[in-house]
Amino acid sequence: MSQADGTLARAAIVAALARIAPEVDVDLLDPAADLREEADLDSVDLMNLVVALHEGLGVEIPESDYDQLSTLDEMIAYLAARSGPGK
Amino acid sequence: MSSEYPMPSLGAGMVDGTIVGWYVAPGPVVRRGEVVGLVDTEKGAIEIEVWEDAEVLEVLAPPGTKVPVGEPLLRLGTVGEGGDETVPADAPEPDDAPVPTVAPGPDDAPEPVEPVAAAPSPPKAAVPSTGTEEAGPPSTSPAPPPTSGPAFEDAGGTVPPVGRRRVSPAARKRAAEHGIALSSLRGSGPGGAITLADVEAAERSTGESPPDAHRRVTPVARQAAEVLGVDLDRLEGTGPGGAVSRRDVEAAAESPGGDEEERHRAMRRAIAAAMTRSKQEIPHYYLATSVAVDVTLDWLAAVNRDRAPAERILPIAMYLKAVASALKKFPEFNGFWEDGAFRPGEGIHTGLAISLRRGGLVVPAIHDVDERSPEEIGAAVVDVVGRARTGKLRGSEVSDATITVTSMGDRGVETVYGVIHPPQVAIVGFGRVVERPWAEGGMLGVRRVLRVTLSADHRASDGHRGGLFLAQVAEFLQNPEVS
Repeated sequence: MSQADGTLARAAIVAALARIAPEVDVDLLDPAADLREEADLDSVDLMNLVVALHEGLGVEIPESDYDQLSTLDEMIAYLAARSGPGK
Repeated sequence: MSSEYPMPSLGAGMVDGTIVGWYVAPGPVVRRGEVVGLVDTEKGAIEIEVWEDAEVLEVLAPPGTKVPVGEPLLRLGTVGEGGDETVPADAPEPDDAPVPTVAPGPDDAPEPVEPVAAAPSPPKAAVPSTGTEEAGPPSTSPAPPPTSGPAFEDAGGTVPPVGRRRVSPAARKRAAEHGIALSSLRGSGPGGAITLADVEAAERSTGESPPDAHRRVTPVARQAAEVLGVDLDRLEGTGPGGAVSRRDVEAAAESPGGDEEERHRAMRRAIAAAMTRSKQEIPHYYLATSVAVDVTLDWLAAVNRDRAPAERILPIAMYLKAVASALKKFPEFNGFWEDGAFRPGEGIHTGLAISLRRGGLVVPAIHDVDERSPEEIGAAVVDVVGRARTGKLRGSEVSDATITVTSMGDRGVETVYGVIHPPQVAIVGFGRVVERPWAEGGMLGVRRVLRVTLSADHRASDGHRGGLFLAQVAEFLQNPEVS
């Protein structure tokens, strides 16, 4: 994963959360803690987040991978590894 | 091109509604979703919206007239064609728009396409026998001079038919909200009409006095205030008679300087009023059962595997489908307890309890759940949750749920017992799915288990039927494809 891919993934997450959970300040979240707990996201929020990331970055995110998306760091790593040039 | 804007159906069982006032007059263009008027129904005053951009050509139903659902209220012109000169010259100026002062007279011609100034009588307006549940002998007490009663009464200079019990819309709404029987009140308004002051006096005599007792607020505005966290006490109403409309609430929410603490307190007060009424009036009984939902969850996983994220079905869609399916066989849990009797809901409109991230909750209705596929229900849930959290719910959604579902999702606790939302008679709760040891057919295994509960109104149903209903919900969740 390149630095650029990680930056892009983070920006996509921040943009999606701004729409789904505008009360949440991503900068204040612990990137290593459970994102759904930190940002109080329910299953509908999570679905909307996945939809936004799928459509924004063109990354396939099957439901079976949801357990790899628990924290902000994990989510960035997952997305960065699957997006960007040549992917 | 012109079209007619009909009286909308604002809830199950609505037959007709009375125009309280218009926010628009012939001339200006109204935008899709814009609130154009206020209609009084049996459930109180509700704001009505238009569903496409249009020019208002003519007001067909002036304030004070009772109009059946589906009958025309406004004549609308297509936007952009320009130059439709049918606007009557003596129509009210836009500045006076909210409340045209011309009332229908008893001798008005029945011709239904006349301009505002020659207001027609809608079909039912001149028929005194069109009584509501408040119909009864006129008060024999002499009518005192008009008091500082509800402003809506003055709105259209309304002259209701003689011989009926008259109730102002604000009084009717407040009485309904606080469970006060109108038949028990003596009216002090003109002609013995029951006014807001009469209802409030009755409240005081029973010791109840909510904080915003003297505010006239439309239900949609109240809903919006809850969602947006706006303190109604601080608002200046711009609706008919100074009523606070949704536009006022939205404007207040957008203006800076909002006090987060106070907004939160206002929302808590509204929830407190509804839940207190529920626990004071409704004799709840509670049932629970456990369901092994592996089959349903595996089925969902298989269905979702090849779908784009936006097309995936969430478990909540299956829960809602299961409840709607069971209600078809047990209709006594779908409806309302009103005036000492159960009134079945027309259609299955499931209120979904949605918690708001900054505190509080809202319960919009998802309509006709029994007639929709799990995919459609799921899409409706995603849509309504998004709008609930951004304060964009519609009048019909906040007013006509026939039952409520509350779900803990996958992060809460195992079991939730809901508090019934009056005047509904049941709430079904779904807990978090957890792995548990499960004995079946002499074998012990580990299964994913969902705890389903029913809180029901013992006035409307008994535990035996409640148990059968809950078993039916469980049955659906064990065999999703069969049902």
